[in-house]
Formats: sequence, C-alpha cells, structure tokens
Amino acid sequence: MTLDLNQDQEYKYGFHDTENYTFKSGRGLTKDVVLNISKMKKEPDWMTEFRLRSLDIFNQKPMPKWGDTKLLNEIDFENIFYYVKPTEKQGKTWEEVPKDIKNTFDRLGIPEAERKFLAGVSAQYESEVIYHSLREDLEKLGVLFFDMDTGLREYPEIVKKYFATIIPPEDNKFAALNSAVWSGGSFIYVPPNTQVEMPLQAYFRINTENMGQFERTLIIADEGSSVHYIEGCTAPTYSSDSLHSAVVELIALKNAKIRYTTIQNWSKNVFNLVTKRAVAHEGAVVEWLDGNMGSKLTMKYPSIYLIGERAHGEVVSVALASGSDQHQDAGAKIIHAAPNTTSVITSKSISRNGGRASYRGLLKVHKGATGVKSTVKCDALMLDANSRSDTYPTMEIYENDVKIEHEATVSKIEDEKLFYLMSRGLGEDQAKLMIVNGFMEPFVKELPMEYAVELNRLIELEMEGSVG
Amino acid sequence: MSELLTIKDLHVEIDKKEILHGLNLSIKEGEIHVVMGRNGSGKSTFTNTLMGHPAYKILKGQINFKGVDINNLKSNERAKLGMFLGFQYPISIPGVTVVNFIRQAIKVLKGDNISPKDFRKRLYEKMDLLEIDYSFATRYINEGFSGGEKKRMEILQMSMLEPCFVILDEPDSGLDIDSLKLVAESINNFKKQFPKTSILLVTHYQRILDYIKPDKVHVFLDGNIADSGGPELALELEKRGYDWLEKAQVSVL
Repeated sequence: MTLDLNQDQEYKYGFHDTENYTFKSGRGLTKDVVLNISKMKKEPDWMTEFRLRSLDIFNQKPMPKWGDTKLLNEIDFENIFYYVKPTEKQGKTWEEVPKDIKNTFDRLGIPEAERKFLAGVSAQYESEVIYHSLREDLEKLGVLFFDMDTGLREYPEIVKKYFATIIPPEDNKFAALNSAVWSGGSFIYVPPNTQVEMPLQAYFRINTENMGQFERTLIIADEGSSVHYIEGCTAPTYSSDSLHSAVVELIALKNAKIRYTTIQNWSKNVFNLVTKRAVAHEGAVVEWLDGNMGSKLTMKYPSIYLIGERAHGEVVSVALASGSDQHQDAGAKIIHAAPNTTSVITSKSISRNGGRASYRGLLKVHKGATGVKSTVKCDALMLDANSRSDTYPTMEIYENDVKIEHEATVSKIEDEKLFYLMSRGLGEDQAKLMIVNGFMEPFVKELPMEYAVELNRLIELEMEGSVG
Repeated sequence: MSELLTIKDLHVEIDKKEILHGLNLSIKEGEIHVVMGRNGSGKSTFTNTLMGHPAYKILKGQINFKGVDINNLKSNERAKLGMFLGFQYPISIPGVTVVNFIRQAIKVLKGDNISPKDFRKRLYEKMDLLEIDYSFATRYINEGFSGGEKKRMEILQMSMLEPCFVILDEPDSGLDIDSLKLVAESINNFKKQFPKTSILLVTHYQRILDYIKPDKVHVFLDGNIADSGGPELALELEKRGYDWLEKAQVSVL
C-alpha cells in the first residue's frame, strides 16, 4: 500500500441532492423569520411567545468569550438559512418519502439498520423530520416517539410541563438561538416501568449550503422505565459553512434509565454547537455516549444534574480531531446536588494531522451532597507533533464527605508499543490502527454491535494514509 | 545442520552510545544457545537489535538470517522470516484483546484463514499447557497482568506463532519455581514439536538450565562475548560469579 502522510481520507457522506423544497426562508434572522416558522407550524401562542423571547435573548447575549473564539467569530449569522422545509408530508413508510431524499438515507444505511435492530426511527432532513416510525408493540405500551413538532401538537400538556425546563434560553447564546428557531428533533416519553429494549434512532442530515439546523429533543423516562436513544448526523461537503445548534433535554424520573448515544460525523464545514443536559432523579441513571468524528468546530459538553439520592451519571466522550481544519472542544459536566450520588467521566481524544482536541469538564459537588463518589479520567492521544491537545478540567467541591478520583494522560503512540506489535508481524500502519482502536475501545464496546463495526470502519478510513 | 543465524563484527549504538563492540556469533538450525551476563553487559541491546528495534543502530557488521542480510529489515519483516522475541518487560496495549492480537498476527505471518472456532480451540489447548485461565483471551494485552502472567503470555504467543528462531529475553526473571517449571516445560514441548527451531535464551540464572539443556553458553561482558562453552560454563559461572571471568579476561590482556 502506498501511504501519503498528507493525504486525508475523502469524506464519504459529502454528496448532496438537488433542492426541490416546499419552503426555504431567506438568509438571515429576523422577527419575521421566527414568526413565520411558528405560523407555518400552527403553534400555540405560548410557543410563539417563547420563540420571540428567545430571539431577544439571542440578540442581547454576546458571543462566548471562551472556547475557540477565533472560529466562533467566523460564523456569519446573516448568511444562514434558518428554516428549510423539504417536503409537505412526513412519511410513515420509506415509500412515502420523496425519492431523492429516500436515496440519500439509503446511502446512509438507515432503512437497512431499521429493519435489522431498531425499535423506532426518525429521519430529519434540513429542518423537518421527513420519516418516522415506531414499532407497534411499543406504541401499544404507550411509548411516545415523535418529532418534536408533532409532540407539541399532540401532547401539549407534557411538552409544556418539561420543555426548556432543563435548558432555558437564557443558558447560552446558542441555546437561545435554538429556542427561537427550533424545528424537528425528537420527543420521547416512556411510561412508568416500561423498558424499551431496542434502541430508538434519530438521523440528522443537512443538505443545503449555509443551512442552519436547530433540532430540539426532549426525552422523559417516567419512573422505573428505560430507553436507549441513538443519533447520527452527516452533511454534504461545501466550501462555506453550515450551523448545527441543537438543544437536548433529558429527564430521568425516579429509578429510570436513559442512555443517549451520539455518533457525530458532520462534514468539515459544519459548526456543531450543541447544548445537552439531563436531570437524574432519585435512583435514576443517565449515560451520555458522545462520539465526535466530524464537523469544523464542535463545542459540546453533555451535562448531568444528579438531583435525587443515589442517582448515577456517566459520560463517555470521544473525539477525533483530524487535520488543521478541525477542532473538537468536547467534554462533560456533572453536578452532584444530592447525597450518595455517583458519576464517571471518561474522555478520550485523538488528534492527528494538525487537528486540535480539547477536553473541557466540570465536576461540581454541592454542600450537603455527602457520600458522593466520582471518577474523572481523560486520555489524549496525539499522533504527530503538529496536533494539539488541551485539557481544561474544573472541579468545584463544596462538601468534605466525598470521594473523587481524577486522572489525565497525554500520550503519543509509543515506540515500544509499536515495536511490540510489529515484532509479531503486524505492519506499522496496522499496528498503529490497533493501538488507536484499543484507545477508543472503552467507547466502542458500549455501542450496539452494528455501530461499533461502523465506528471502527470510520476510524480506519480516517487513519488510512496517515502513517508512513 | 545448516547455519540459521550468522552475526559478524556487530557494532550497535543507542542514544549515540556504542553498546555492542564487534560481536560474532553463529547459531545452527535446531540449536539452543544461552546468553548470560550481568546487567548492563549488552544482552538486551543484543536481543532488541536482533528483532529490529528502531532505536538501536547498527554501526558496523552484519546480521545474516536464513541467508538474508536483515540489517535493514523492519521488525515485522523479521517476524515474517520466522523470528520471535519473547520480551523481558512485555508492554501493555490497552483496549486490544489477546485473542484479537494473536489472531491478526497469525493472519499476517501465516496468511491462513483459520476459522475462529478452530483458532479458539488451538489457543485454549496452548493456554491449558501454560495453565493460563481462558478469561485471559479476552483481556487486554498485558494490562494488569502479574510479572509471571506476562512471561507466560509471551510463551503462549510463541507457541501460537510457531517461529523458527526464538529469542527469549529473561523468560525466567521474577518467576516462582512453579511458574518457572511451567515456562520451561512449554519451551521444551515447543522444541519437541519443532526440533528445527533454534532458541537464543537470555538469562541471569543457572536454574532454568536445570530444565532446558543448551548446546552452547555464551557469557556477555562489556558489550561482547567474553567466553563461550557448553552447559558446564553456566555451572562454573554460578559457582564463581562474573568477577571470575572479568579477572580472567584482564589476565589474558
């Protein structure tokens, strides 16, 4: 095999469809754009007001003064399409989806995965969910799985009770933006003591250049229930940037369990600025498995507020920053606000070919949250000298009766490891790939098998041509 | 039997410091050679150089293996010619399971596509011989292994990969007497199964030679072979210590 140090693997999902849309807003963000979205969706007044209030907050809030401010300030809010409606009708079968769009999802392997191992699928294209399905048995059990707009229309009382209670628009500029122009995303409610054994999956696809995708997801797991939600995302490769800014709120009531898995593989012209937060009530478990492979700049720190006794939170964050045009600023936040709560943060980042990976984390223990146990482990692997890795861990501990472990490592692919593997006959590229895959294993082994295979393949593609 | 390995006038440096000074050695097919010597006498430099560790630079001389000049071959290419190094301090590789690693190595070395089922069967047989619990197959390479477990894992890899030239760098250090016996028996079994395989065994202690009978014993001193002989040389060393040799050398000078 001929290897070229400077050659990057071509992004496999960079193709795009021709646009044949029902509605496309003009560029830029105005009150009219917001009102128009709300009107087209026939929303109740409280939501329209919420949007307008959020727009004000967005306009008032300055850009963040932390993180990758240089890249952040490249975002041209005036150049973005805030709402694009690709089709009039949502499909319940793939046959009902417009042919071009269906072909796209075929190429992404979604219908096939659905047949094999998913309990429900939601597919969002631009601003709207264009396909949705849930297995009948789950529907009969009372599991609600809809796009957020349908959720609001058909279950307004549940939505109103929880919507924006975990992430208010005041939280940050991008949460405010999402709150003003949100469209699509998932609404899930799992009734008490109901276990959704197979994962529910949402797939997000951007097609238009300079698109802004602002999905909004709300998951409520009622007492004693459990659910696993998986999201994946891709976009075409364009020369100018798109913006993806989601808000995701999870509520795990007493003894409930939510696992939320992300495999983010946006093309390298997408800003991925996402706010994700969960609350875990008494005895509840929330797990974020957050894999970031794509995008130009990702800033995302899934959070868990442990507000009930014995609640457990876990974040596994994995980032691959590949090339000088990519910065993964990822991490986790866990707030212990009740006694005997436990948490684990595992962060793994790989940077190569000039890529930059940052870990940013917060661990906070409130006064009175006795008996807290937490482990934070951050490992960074740098594949060459041009790449960069930073760690910004913050700990605020206001209680003495706690047990906290923190460990951080930065490593290169050590010559001794390479020598060991190569002495058994493995070629240098194969040995490096084995070390990288091993490094990612704590994340990969938590994924359903099909995703693990896909992720390993992605890493392999990214690594191809990276060693000489 | 024909020559398997011929080393002529080998000079090797690491970190710009010459460690081996003109070493000569020949090993024939099927022979067992033992290398003894104090810490710092150049034994590990020698084994690492043989296996092609990139940090060790050959300044002068030649290593010929199976009629091929291997001076410039990478370690994986040497492995493909049938060389194997059992490490003194095997490194751990997080996230890579023993079974996956050995299977990939076999694929590369032998090109055969043994079915996963047959592969497991073979692996378990060898693990039985070394009294390694099956659970180790799915553990990460050397991660959290005790010293003895690491040594046995090296021998396990040797018996799975079936090399024709085995370098064992202190396979006995840190082992209790039971583990030592197990390791020695596994080496002997392997040798019985593959009589043409040659072994270069590096050790500090005579006691492993109670179980493994060498054809030749070499003593390293200051980066060269100070003396060579039969098994009796190891016994002599055990009795009289390395000082004896050092003095003997000085008197020759």
